[in-house]
Amino acid sequence: MLNLVVCLKQVPMVTELPWDAKTGTLRRDLAAGMMNPACKHALEAALQIKEKFSAHITVITMGPPAAEEVLREALALGADRAILICDKLLAGADTYATSLVLTAAIKKECPKFDLILCGAYTADSETAQVGPQLAEELDLPAAAYVEKLEIHGRTLRVRRMVDNFRETLEMEFPALVTVSMENYRPRYTELMGLENAFGGDGVIVLGAAALGINASLFKNKGSRTKVRKVFLRKTQKENVILQGTASAVVTEFLNKYQRKISTAIGKSIEGKLNDEE
Amino acid sequence: MMKSKKKSIWVFGDYRNYYQNRVTLQLLSKAVDLAQTIKAEVCALVFGHEIDEWIMEYTAHGADRILAIDDPALKSYSTEKYLAIIENLAKERDPEIILIGATDFGREFAPRLAKRLKTGLSADCVGLDITDDGLLLQIAPSFGGNMLAEIVTELHRPQMVTVRPGTFKEIPHNYTRKALVERLPLMKKLPKSRVRLIEYERSVEKEHTIENASVIVCGGRGMGNRDKFKKLHDLARLLGGDVGATRPVVYSGWADHGALVGQAGKHIKPKILFSFGISGAIQHTAGLGEADFIIAINKNPQATMMKMADVAIIADASDVLKTLIKELKKRIRE
Ligand SMILES: Cc1cc2nc3c(=O)[nH]c(=O)nc-3n(C[C@H](O)[C@H](O)[C@H](O)COP(=O)(O)OP(=O)(O)OC[C@H]3O[C@@H](n4cnc5c(N)ncnc54)[C@H](O)[C@@H]3O)c2cc1C
Ligand SMILES: Cc1cc2nc3c(=O)[nH]c(=O)nc-3n(C[C@H](O)[C@H](O)[C@H](O)COP(=O)(O)OP(=O)(O)OC[C@H]3O[C@@H](n4cnc5c(N)ncnc54)[C@H](O)[C@@H]3O)c2cc1C
Repeated sequence: MLNLVVCLKQVPMVTELPWDAKTGTLRRDLAAGMMNPACKHALEAALQIKEKFSAHITVITMGPPAAEEVLREALALGADRAILICDKLLAGADTYATSLVLTAAIKKECPKFDLILCGAYTADSETAQVGPQLAEELDLPAAAYVEKLEIHGRTLRVRRMVDNFRETLEMEFPALVTVSMENYRPRYTELMGLENAFGGDGVIVLGAAALGINASLFKNKGSRTKVRKVFLRKTQKENVILQGTASAVVTEFLNKYQRKISTAIGKSIEGKLNDEE
Repeated sequence: MMKSKKKSIWVFGDYRNYYQNRVTLQLLSKAVDLAQTIKAEVCALVFGHEIDEWIMEYTAHGADRILAIDDPALKSYSTEKYLAIIENLAKERDPEIILIGATDFGREFAPRLAKRLKTGLSADCVGLDITDDGLLLQIAPSFGGNMLAEIVTELHRPQMVTVRPGTFKEIPHNYTRKALVERLPLMKKLPKSRVRLIEYERSVEKEHTIENASVIVCGGRGMGNRDKFKKLHDLARLLGGDVGATRPVVYSGWADHGALVGQAGKHIKPKILFSFGISGAIQHTAGLGEADFIIAINKNPQATMMKMADVAIIADASDVLKTLIKELKKRIRE
């Protein structure tokens, strides 16, 4: 029986999805959380392993109470056990602290794991640091950006593409991989399953204290990076603004910049002003 | 041991392919800047087998010191071996700062190194500076791309960051420069890699080459749909240029991944850039380098892309595109 752990993160959809066509701004009101896409691929990889071998899947997330949704979704898809690590103390953790907390949870709840699967990166901050740092904390052989996994006994063989090199790597369990979005296209959640999963309990909730983490310890062992300031970037250039009907602005633009464009494209568009039409 | 008393800024020499080597040169140039402010030396790390070429290259691009380990055991890249070597060297020499290129290799390697050295790591910095209190100021995008965050690592050393290729500009090489080259033996107890490299080959997939195009027509979500987006190719063809795209567009399948411009995609430096229906999130504009002349077309005059443009056209992107194609067809003389 293989013991798999999948780390999931809930991310807001804002950066890519809901967008108001009228005002051209993001609809923050529609910024619901979703399972991070690469995490979905990691879960899919685990589910495919489970279909082939006998396996048990634990899913873990650290996040606010609402992050429970992604765990329920994972249970509906076929995960066997779900753990939510939720504590105000942990808010704002950087990847150093996040990997520390996930490690504590894994050591407590599933110390006998064979394989940990993470997404390669998240859609909201995309540091791609948590997987490698977990591997370091747990002292595991690991590979990032994995596209394909094969298991032979206790040996894991993976394929990946890094910096234009196609690599095949092997390591022994226990191990860690981060899964890219090249392969393992996530399956759809069946509505029935989803409803059932949302109905039951079955999500284990752990606070920091349960993991042996208190404020003073976290101060020393937690986040290394500190955000001092967040600011709007300056972008205003001295520029020319053109406004009007499409044909008016295009004509004005071409007349004004014909020389510049001709030089750049190496063909002439000069001379012939808008006498025809 | 020759422990240098001067503060040291380390740059990881990532040389496996053209882009990796370029990002190393770009980081050296930034390191030279930073080193002036904090009176440090710039030190490049070069590990591998038969690496003299890189030692020369990094010297010519600004390194004051090179820590080199040339050994057949390092013939191919290995995260675990490099980790053990640098951990060892860093503990012995206490670098103030380590800069690592955000290549695939760097992005897997840097977080593990930071964890081993028990320090912080900022990903994908778009600016680096020194604060009044002498810390490395790590400027990184936040909140979807119109904000920047100033991050510091206050208490722990080294201060570590990764930087995407194309973010900084390399300084021209100077082959008369000299660096102190320390050729070090491979550490005695190099751990055996638990990850075995079974097979590797350079991918033959042809890379899209928009990096070198002098005219680029970029389109974003404001193009409305796939068919309208495809029209950008007509304009690009007329102008002898190439088409670029934003991430939502690539995710929607309107364009290939090879056309993605920005932090997660290509860095471009065209003479003329047309930007149709693009808001100008920093993850996108980070890839624009120094486009000489930018024309933005957007319905929203407040969009960042419009503010960054030399010519900002307030109009419907598809309408302008159609008209522009029609007009250019009339005007272009070969
Ligand atoms: C804009 C922005 C920029 C940031 N930059 C930095 C930075 O440069 N350095 C830094 O140290 N921190 C940074 N942070 C903080 C960082 O986002 C958090 O530490 C976060 O908990 C994990 O980082 P990530 O989302 O980048 O994860 P990634 O490392 O990109 O995630 C990879 C995988 O790790 C697993 N994982 C990640 N987070 C969780 C979780 N909470 N629960 C379960 N599994 C998880 C998932 O499998 C995920 O697919 C930043 C935050 C923001 C909002
Ligand atoms: C970690 C990370 C990495 C990222 N990397 C990249 C990257 O490499 N490259 C990248 O591009 N993005 C990247 N992104 C995404 C980025 O933050 C933005 O979401 C993206 O660039 C926005 O694309 P867009 O401008 O096409 O869409 P939007 O932001 O939705 O903007 C559309 C624009 O079109 C205008 N518009 C709408 N209708 C019309 C019309 N009819 N006529 C004219 N204008 C119209 C709107 O006013 C608006 O300004 C990344 C995000 C994250 C979090």
